Formats: sequence, C-alpha cells, structure tokens
Amino acid sequence: MQQLDELYRQESRRVLATLIRLLGDFDLAEEALHEAFAAALDQWPQTGVPANPRAWLVSTGRFKAIDRLRRRSRHDQILTELQQTAEQETTSSLADEAVGDDRLRLIFTCCHPALSTEARLALTLREVCGLTTEEVARAFLARPSTIAQRIVRAKSKIRDARIPYEVPAGPQLHERLQSVLAVVYLLYNEGYAASAGDQLQRQSLSREAIHLGRLLGQLLPQPEVMGLLALMLLQDARSAARVSAGELITLEDQDRSLWDQKQISEGIELVEQALPRPGMGPYCLQAAIAAVHAEAATYADTDWAQILALYDLLYKLTPTSVVALNRAVALAMVHGPEAGLELIDPLLEDLAPRGYHLAYAARAELNRRLGRYEQARRDYEQALALVEQAPEQRHLERQLSSLPTVDAQ
Amino acid sequence: MKYIALVYYREQIMNDMSQQEWDALNQECIAGVEKLVADGKMLDGAPLLSVDTATTVRVREGRITTTDGPFAETREQLAGFYLLEARDLNEAIQLGGRIPTARYGSIEVRPVRELRAEDNER
Repeated sequence: MQQLDELYRQESRRVLATLIRLLGDFDLAEEALHEAFAAALDQWPQTGVPANPRAWLVSTGRFKAIDRLRRRSRHDQILTELQQTAEQETTSSLADEAVGDDRLRLIFTCCHPALSTEARLALTLREVCGLTTEEVARAFLARPSTIAQRIVRAKSKIRDARIPYEVPAGPQLHERLQSVLAVVYLLYNEGYAASAGDQLQRQSLSREAIHLGRLLGQLLPQPEVMGLLALMLLQDARSAARVSAGELITLEDQDRSLWDQKQISEGIELVEQALPRPGMGPYCLQAAIAAVHAEAATYADTDWAQILALYDLLYKLTPTSVVALNRAVALAMVHGPEAGLELIDPLLEDLAPRGYHLAYAARAELNRRLGRYEQARRDYEQALALVEQAPEQRHLERQLSSLPTVDAQ
Repeated sequence: MKYIALVYYREQIMNDMSQQEWDALNQECIAGVEKLVADGKMLDGAPLLSVDTATTVRVREGRITTTDGPFAETREQLAGFYLLEARDLNEAIQLGGRIPTARYGSIEVRPVRELRAEDNER
C-alpha cells in the first residue's frame, strides 16, 4: 500500500513522539508504533484510510501497548495510568499544537546533556530522524552492533535515571537549547567534513541536520535556531563546488556558479531576520559571515572588513582559539599577512596539541603570501602531521609541492 | 524518586583555605542543607573526614582484609553525600547545582536503587 509508505515517512516520527509521551517509555512506544502501522496495513485496505490517520495510529498504538502490557501480566503503575487516561484525552492530546510539543520533547530528551555526545547523535538520528540503526552506523563508520548498544544504553539511562520527557522552561531552556543546537550542528559537520577517512561529504547526515534545523525552526523559532539553520543552508549551498573528483576545493578556487543560489537566498533571508533580534548569538554571527562570503561574486570581491567586524563580535561572545584563528585570517585579508601572523603565533600553543591542523595551514598560507617559503614549508609539514582526513591531506600536499624552493626576499 | 549526590573535590583546595574561609564555606553548606530539608528535597546526608582517614575492607575466602586509604586514588576525593528527593533527573541536577562545593569540585548525581526480595535491577 503505497499510501501507507508515504504516511509512514510523513507521520511515523510524530506518532512516535506522542506515543513516548503517552506510554512513558521509548521501547514500548516503538513497538506500539510498529504494531499500529501493521494494523493499518491489515485494516485500511478494507475499511479505507480514516479521516485523521495520525490520531488513529496513536490511539491504535496506545491500545496495542496496553494489550502488550496485559499479556506480560505486569499490572504495574504504567498500565493502570494508561487505562485511566486512554479514553479521556485522545482528541486534545492530538491537536497539532500538542503534537508539535511532543516532537520538541523528543528532540530535547534525545539531546539531553546527561547523555554522552555520541549517544545524543545516535539517538537523535534514530528516534527523531527515523534512520535505521544500520543507517546510523554507516553514517558514523561504526558497526551496527556498536550503535545499537549505544542506543540501548541511552534509552536505559533515560528510563532508569528518569530523564523527563519535557521541553525545559525558564532559564533552563536557553542552556538546554544550546545542547540541542550543538547536536544538530555536530551532525551537520559530520556530514560536511567527515572527521576521519576518505569520504569528504557524507551528505545524508548534512541533509538530516538541515531537516532537523527546519523542524526546530518551525517548533521553536528563536534567533539562534534560525541562525543555525541559515548557517547550515549557506555552507551546504557551496557543497557542489567544494569537491571536484574527490579533491577539496578551497573557497578561493571554487566555481561560484555551482553555488546553490536558492539556498543562499533562503539563508541570507533567515540571517537578516534573526540578527537584529534579542537572543542573537554565535550561530547567527557565523551565518552572517557565511552570508558575506555567499554575497561576493568573486573571492576578490569579498567584503573582508565586514567579515572582520563580525569575527570581532563573535570573539566577544565565544573567545576561543578557533574563533581567534579565523579572526586572524580575516584580519590578514584587511591589514596584511604580517598582522595576521602576529595573532596566529600565540594561538598555536593551544591549537596544535588539539590536532588542529588548520592553524598551521593558515600560517603557511600567510607565510607563502609574504614570500617566506621556507617557513611556509615547515608549517605545511606540521599541518600534514596533524591532518586526519585524506582529501584535506592531499590538498595540503598540493600546496606544499607548489611552493617555490627559494624565498622571495 | 530518590537520587544520591556524591560530592567530590580536591581536598588540597580546602586545605589551602584559611580557617575563616573554610568555616564560611561550611556555614554556607549548613544553610544550604537547611533550605533543602525545608523544601522537602533532602532526606539525609553527611560530610566525610579526609581520605587520609579511609580504610578499605574486603572479604576474600571468608577472611576480612583491610588496607589503608580509599579503594581508588582519584584526582578529586569523595567528600560527602546528599540523599535527595526529586521529581526527575532535571530536578536532581538543579538540586545538585545548589550544593556550594559544586563550585570547587564535582557532584555525581545517581538514582538510588531499591533493594527488593526479587526482580532486582542491575
């Protein structure tokens, strides 16, 4: 039944999110979800599709779960509560608003900071995005058994330590939203630039992250949520130009006609809406920087002064060495390579031990521009010693081999 | 639901305090405990003397053996515990955040397991 496949894709995550709230248990809700769809496959060809399929699926799922609990003859508290509420609240709990809240609850629970980062990523992909365990494993280049175990452990912790199924209120919302946004952006980056191995763009992960960003944007349209969505859209718009025959193409050398202009205008519009609002933060600023790059017709046209001003603001909000490095590169474009180098040198102490090869790559580039090829060569070699990703490595090797052998001075 | 909040910090930090600072921190802890108890959130708790006073006991082949010190040397040492009553982990985390020594060390929050005659959780 093709209609049911379609419905599964559209509705299964919504139905699951509501079932988890009603049943108070991830595993029970998943079983109920599958039983509800199995019942639909069985009954709908005869009876026709009900007027509100989602409500039918939720209520069928809930009754299936009650049956299942009865069969297990576990007359525990859950069962009693379930039977009491089953008749009363079906309609009110299925209003669109309540279902939206359930989806947010699911996202906030899967991204709870009491879970490890790996568990948050796996659980979010599995429960919120509906990927299979095998798909999650493929995305992280891990064994399915490893991912399955990670998900089982996370669900056990949610149940046993009683992580509540709720969207936090008040001051906690801001802090917890950071955890959610961090998970989405990590997913995006896993797709954008795989942290190890030869696969430069695991695009399915980027797509899932953008999908999640859109969902969050609908459910919780705060400036930083819109900022993150804009950032992902703007970076993703360059993906076709970023790789050619498996090789990395830097921003400077990209064929800008390959950039996705529709995504760029959507991203720019989102940034322009989010930036002036209170609650604007690091994601909005990073999106604004990406927007300035996207607006430049050629690399030479880039408005580096504006980018530097945005990095100044970003550094005030998040004074990290990585932001300082990017700011130094922008500053070098405005005030010259020597000014940039002065800022980069003190950062190496912090960034090099963390394996951040881009610090040496940036210094190499500035030294090259100054004609200090010997120093640039040493910097590229140090960057190569730290780099893990094969396309990045080949890019650095090309840069290194293209250096003139004698210093310009 | 009951949670235990295990308080860890580097004892050296406390040893480096003046008597006045250390007493002030203890007064803060007393006030915190009074507030938690008044809110119905704290069931029990106690601070511990230094790990220098710890003795580890094991029973092997029916015989008690004792060794000097805690069972594991850690960067931060166990300094006390709070038995908390909380609706869920989110509330337990908030309550743990109210413990004054969280500013110096770490609070490990864990659900308490019920001892039953059968069907015990692991």
